[in-house]
Amino acid sequence: MSATAHSVVEPSKVSRRIAGSVVVVYALVSMIPLFWILATSFKTPPDSISYPPKVIFTPSIEGYCNLFTTRTRQTAEYIASLPPAETFCDETTRKRNMVIAGQSNFLPRFVNSLIIAFGSTFCAVFLGTLAAYGFSRFKVPLADDLLFFILSTRMMPPIAVAIPIYLMYRELGLSDTALGMILLYTAVNVSLAVWLLKGFIDEIPREYEEAAMIDGYTRMQSFFKVVLPQATTGIAATAIFCLIFAWNEYAFASLLTSGTAQTAPPFIPTIIGEGGQDWPAVAAGTTVFLVPILVFTILLRKQLLRGITFGAVRK
Amino acid sequence: MSDMPSGKPLVTDTNSSILDRAATAAAHATPEPLAKKVRGLSDRMVAWIFIAPTILLLLAINIFPLIWAIQLSFTNYRANRPNADIKNIGLQNYSRILGDADTWIAMQATAHFVFWTIALQTLIGFTLAYLIDRKFRGHAFWTTVILVPMMLSPAVVGNFWRFLYQPQIGLFTYIISFFTGIPPTEIEMLSNVSLAPWSIIIVDTWMWTPYVMLICLAGLRSIPDYIYEAAEVDRASPWRQFWSITLPMALPFIMLAVLFRGIENFKMFDMVNLLTGGGPGSTTEVASITLKREAFEKWRTGYSSAFAIILFVAVFGLANIYVKVLNKVKNR
Repeated sequence: MSATAHSVVEPSKVSRRIAGSVVVVYALVSMIPLFWILATSFKTPPDSISYPPKVIFTPSIEGYCNLFTTRTRQTAEYIASLPPAETFCDETTRKRNMVIAGQSNFLPRFVNSLIIAFGSTFCAVFLGTLAAYGFSRFKVPLADDLLFFILSTRMMPPIAVAIPIYLMYRELGLSDTALGMILLYTAVNVSLAVWLLKGFIDEIPREYEEAAMIDGYTRMQSFFKVVLPQATTGIAATAIFCLIFAWNEYAFASLLTSGTAQTAPPFIPTIIGEGGQDWPAVAAGTTVFLVPILVFTILLRKQLLRGITFGAVRK
Repeated sequence: MSDMPSGKPLVTDTNSSILDRAATAAAHATPEPLAKKVRGLSDRMVAWIFIAPTILLLLAINIFPLIWAIQLSFTNYRANRPNADIKNIGLQNYSRILGDADTWIAMQATAHFVFWTIALQTLIGFTLAYLIDRKFRGHAFWTTVILVPMMLSPAVVGNFWRFLYQPQIGLFTYIISFFTGIPPTEIEMLSNVSLAPWSIIIVDTWMWTPYVMLICLAGLRSIPDYIYEAAEVDRASPWRQFWSITLPMALPFIMLAVLFRGIENFKMFDMVNLLTGGGPGSTTEVASITLKREAFEKWRTGYSSAFAIILFVAVFGLANIYVKVLNKVKNR
């Protein structure tokens, strides 16, 4: 991107204004589904399925109550005999002739997502940084073929990979375990990590390490004390990309986990209330699940292009 | 094999590429004996210590299972009957898959999905990039807003689209009926045979147009101003400038976006599985859904392994051909 002032090719004011309005309209329209997720999460179940769809409504946190709890239907007499409701959630639940029976599975699933996403990101970035440095600085025999091999593992359809992984994990006792999922996501993410980090490390001048080595550092010391601090931004950006992938992943999670190690993406679609899907609770779960990604997207906006193209396009 | 476009970056910041070059030059200028004077492990050792763990992990989690799948694809093995006799049936699985009409229906559904998503995303994405490149006030902010959908989980968001698509109560249905006058109970995006394929195309386009846009934007920004200035001097019309400068120079980027989207959508699973699950009937049964049904519902492990191998070879082959074309365009 050139920073020089446009002299002849500056777009005219009118064309800019038209371009601006079209883009803003597209942006706003594309935000409608996300706005609707947020709005639905604050609706009561009857409001959420009313016709015409309600844009203006009295907000309620019933969706969030239902997301975190399980409820059972009780008789009016039984509910009247209970001591006064302590929390807002107790109160709304009783209004629907139900009482809170316990915690739902959402929180444990969410925690699973956190453990698996952070665990696999750490491993992928750790391995990826080492391998990227290796490929960036040394003459590795067949380097191009190895790099292509690393990338090609990402081209396989996840279901195709899942069939033998399912059998392998069954043999090894890794089915439905956090460890199994961390290993799998690490393997998927390490290809991205190597490719991205190689680009970042290529940009660090070799003279830095060579100067350090002339001063008596070993290769290892110069890697840890000179290269790593220089690569922090690249490592952070790569980590966020790996984190987002592991956080969003559904295909492997839905096929290889069912209970104890299940992550949030396969769980959220299964949230049901009485008589079908409990949409406010689903929307609440979706909102809680999406907020971290929104934060990361804003943090990452300058590196996005590089991340999504495996480092092929830099800016 | 090794000619992926990623090997050589299409664009580098001018400053960093000068740095790169300086660094490479310095590296070559470093006298050889230096390497020998350095204490500690030799460079060769360090290189292998650094690279080997990654290669080993990929061998264990990717290549070993792949070889296992290849072996299974020649058998009648069923994962839900681990104790049954495994018979070697040669190429029967492959010939059955290629001769089965259902396979070709799934391939058609996949092709329809891939073609239309790429066509729409390229068209809308490039247009948006072109407009954003006019650099109106606040373009950086709105670009970030547009990028949000592609970062979200296709499964979790795709699941919510099921709600937007509900006949009558869904917001999408409501908006469509508001503008077209069709009664909202009659718009059944997910259960109508002719609408269902479009319902998944709409969600995919909504989600991934920003991806194409971002790559196209990089392409447009890589075109140096002086080329346009020269064209102005030669009195080339804006139309002519677009067709002879903008489009050809942005083409490698557009093709890169198409390549990535093509591979991703060929293996599309999560969003379709949650929205339609392949239905109604098998109208949206893209290849990955067929594979999941065969492998994890009918438990025909041998058969589905063969199917997986065929899909993998197809993705790999198509991607390789495409990369060759891409490199030709890039080097023109």
